[in-house]
Amino acid sequence: MKLSSQEMKRVLEDVRGHSEVNFNLCFQCRTCANACPFLDAMDIHPNVIMRMLQFGMGEPVLKSSTIWVCVGCNTCCDSCPMAIDIPTVMDALRQLAMEKGVAIGEPDILNFHEQMLKSVKKYGRAHKLEIMMRYKLKKKDLFQDIGLGLTMLAKRKLDLRAKKVKDIQSIESIFKK
Amino acid sequence: MKASLKSKENTYAYFPGCSLAASGHENNRSIYKFCEKVGIHLEELDDWNCCGSSSAHSIDSEAAALLPQRNISLAQQGLPLLVACPSCYIRMRSTHEELKSDDQAKEMYKNRWERNFDQDLEIIHFFDLLTKLDQTVIDKNMTKPLNGIRFASYYGCMLAKPPILRKDKRHTGIMEKTLKMLGAEPVSWQNFSKCCGTYLSVAKPEVTTKVVNQIMDNAIESEAECLVTACAMCHLNLEIRCSLKQQIPTFHFSELLCIAFGVDDHKKWFKRHLVDPVPLLKEKGLV
Repeated sequence: MKLSSQEMKRVLEDVRGHSEVNFNLCFQCRTCANACPFLDAMDIHPNVIMRMLQFGMGEPVLKSSTIWVCVGCNTCCDSCPMAIDIPTVMDALRQLAMEKGVAIGEPDILNFHEQMLKSVKKYGRAHKLEIMMRYKLKKKDLFQDIGLGLTMLAKRKLDLRAKKVKDIQSIESIFKK
Repeated sequence: MKASLKSKENTYAYFPGCSLAASGHENNRSIYKFCEKVGIHLEELDDWNCCGSSSAHSIDSEAAALLPQRNISLAQQGLPLLVACPSCYIRMRSTHEELKSDDQAKEMYKNRWERNFDQDLEIIHFFDLLTKLDQTVIDKNMTKPLNGIRFASYYGCMLAKPPILRKDKRHTGIMEKTLKMLGAEPVSWQNFSKCCGTYLSVAKPEVTTKVVNQIMDNAIESEAECLVTACAMCHLNLEIRCSLKQQIPTFHFSELLCIAFGVDDHKKWFKRHLVDPVPLLKEKGLV
């Protein structure tokens, strides 16, 4: 799969502040990769992602684990000499990967984001206990981390009941597409 | 505390965020207690919602813009909005900056939230308050100097900014400066600004453990007796994902401020820590 020029344009348009996310500015200094705390867990280094985008190589980028492993900590773009907003490029790539229906590089991470947003849609706040339970259910892995879950409950780090926003309609309207 | 931020009689609107309101009660509580001590009144933003955190911008850009917008629309005119969580702070500030520079988005904001966009809304982080903390306030409130407790100040990714906030002031060194004034001793170390892994702690725990262990190991190597964080998420990850045999306790920055200022209900907070900080505090004669 090669992204058409129109789709490439969409990647750019999707991300905020056009001038700041122009990945064509990347000249491969690799500062982003050197700064990234999660490089070991990525299959393609962030600077290589930028280069591949410049070459219009859509498929491997959209299928990569990198676009999901990136947590958007801003360490890369903070030190990027061209001030390229790499995390925002990653945001756009993730959403494009979902839209295009490609095989998701890190399905567990997508699962987490989905459970998180479900909670926000339902309560207006993140209810961590329910997010964790639903995440584990979908992953069909209820027992990994169960000891930790119990410790967190004992330390009252997980609230049993969700706190709900009063004007929940205004939250629902945000998620209505 | 100098009231040089545009606040009416030292009153601030306050946005705790989901982490502080749920898993980080001790962080939330100590911020309230500290503010009370220095004469700052916090008014929690009525009916605030989750900023969308990392998940909204990851998979739903529209929600990522609208969730912080709703919070901004709830802010009371004329009061600075204090945000406690570094991640929520970046989401809210970026959204505000984007709206400032986009007339069409401003119009949509007005229609959706039935309110004019407040161009001058001041969104500040807890650290912005601390820059106003001067020696007179410390002399007035400090009842328990921190007795040379050696700490590694862990900022995590809060010092890094996206390009849209590139010109924002950085708070590098504020923890060291403030805690030093309160009698603690900062150590010099490498990993002060390494991201803790945030939500990878759930989906890829092995990745978080590796990073957290590096952070903890490096802090211990630098002869720190404790880590001090500015983020409830970092605190949680440092405690739940560290697999090292030797671990030092982690404090929320605001907890140490409260100890120095003689806040008395802090014993309740430490029961919530996974690595018990009480032995260290006893050794230093602080509890």
